[in-house]
Amino acid sequence: MTDQKIRIATASLAGCFGCHMSFLDIDEKLVQLNERIEFNRSPLTDIKHCGPSDIGLIEGGVCNADNVRVLREFRANCKVLIAVGACAINGGVPAMRNYFDLRECLEEVYLHGTGVTNPQIPDDAELPLLLDKVYPVQEVVRIDYFLPGCPPPADAFLQMLMPLLDGKAPHIANNQLHYD
Amino acid sequence: MGYHAMAINQNTLTIDGKDVHFEQGQTIMDAALAAKIYIPYLCHYPGLPPSGNCRLCVVETNGKSVAACITQAQAGQRIHSNTPELNVVRKMITQMLFVEGNHICPACEKSGNCKLQAMGYYLGMHEEHFHHFNPRRALDASHPAIFLDRSRCILCDLCVRASRDVDGKNVFAIAGRGADAHLIVNTDSGKLGDSNLDRNDLAANICPVGAIMHKERGYVSPIGQRIYDQQPINEIALGEHVPEHKERDHD
Repeated sequence: MTDQKIRIATASLAGCFGCHMSFLDIDEKLVQLNERIEFNRSPLTDIKHCGPSDIGLIEGGVCNADNVRVLREFRANCKVLIAVGACAINGGVPAMRNYFDLRECLEEVYLHGTGVTNPQIPDDAELPLLLDKVYPVQEVVRIDYFLPGCPPPADAFLQMLMPLLDGKAPHIANNQLHYD
Repeated sequence: MGYHAMAINQNTLTIDGKDVHFEQGQTIMDAALAAKIYIPYLCHYPGLPPSGNCRLCVVETNGKSVAACITQAQAGQRIHSNTPELNVVRKMITQMLFVEGNHICPACEKSGNCKLQAMGYYLGMHEEHFHHFNPRRALDASHPAIFLDRSRCILCDLCVRASRDVDGKNVFAIAGRGADAHLIVNTDSGKLGDSNLDRNDLAANICPVGAIMHKERGYVSPIGQRIYDQQPINEIALGEHVPEHKERDHD
């Protein structure tokens, strides 16, 4: 049992991958961490679907139908699901479109915006359907822990993950909290 | 207000078990701050009349919940403030303030200097819990030096009181009630640009959030050097008061 590696899956939904970059910023501690974990579905492995995992890290909010599918797949397969970063927790910068109708946004960007050539709203069947708003992940599935920050500092990832690897509840100190 | 030796003995209450002396006429908040005891607040500002808007200063005394900023201190009161139960209530109030407006910290010039954000840190708020309102509220950039982003306004009415009681200008008011309450500007056009608000007015500098902001001053302090990067709100609050010269200007 103790030899078995903790399996971690990660995904970036409506995010910028900044949280993933910050996670990698733990530098040489990655080596130490790598002795105890293995990655399942993640942009770091390019595995496309989430298999049974111990911990899921979700970056980004929920802006389209594909985000909903990925998020539900994570919830169904991860024992512990963690919302990572401002966008996952409250929609973040992408959620600034929430103050406008979706149609207004699309028309501004693809029809009437400055410098638009060949104006048309993309409607390829391959494109995931946009939701009316950008939603925080906990408005779609149950979330076990939240790691705020834009992005969360590299050390905060360790503060969150190390206790979990030992089967303990993580604790982020108040003076470590940042929403930006 | 003069005080007498006899009154000192009578004018004592306790906050979380600690003896606190107060002067007649002081609120629980006044007495606590004078004794360097922090009770969380967002709409209070020492030197301005209190208004009891934000309810973060909720304390318990004699089995009742009261707002410390608008409740008179009384001899013998046993006040509970820094308890896990009250801090959970305060965190929920903070979460509600967040979801009622548009508080996207990474995209806000006030970030790091924002009291709402700092309150979230102090109370250990990891997420907003409630569903977001995503309100669409009017932005006013008509003033040459100040802009008004109502989507970040928490209706503390500090700008209303500062403009009325210190600046002597009555630039701001709260109109509407309940969910319809919103900040208005007291000009015929309703525009800030037509008011006599000056960048040095207390009303232009007292906003606890990013609703009333100075133009061309965004992100002047780098991350790490902003107010609440360096000190938590409970420490900053104990040194806060209306600057005296501002009061004298209009006496």
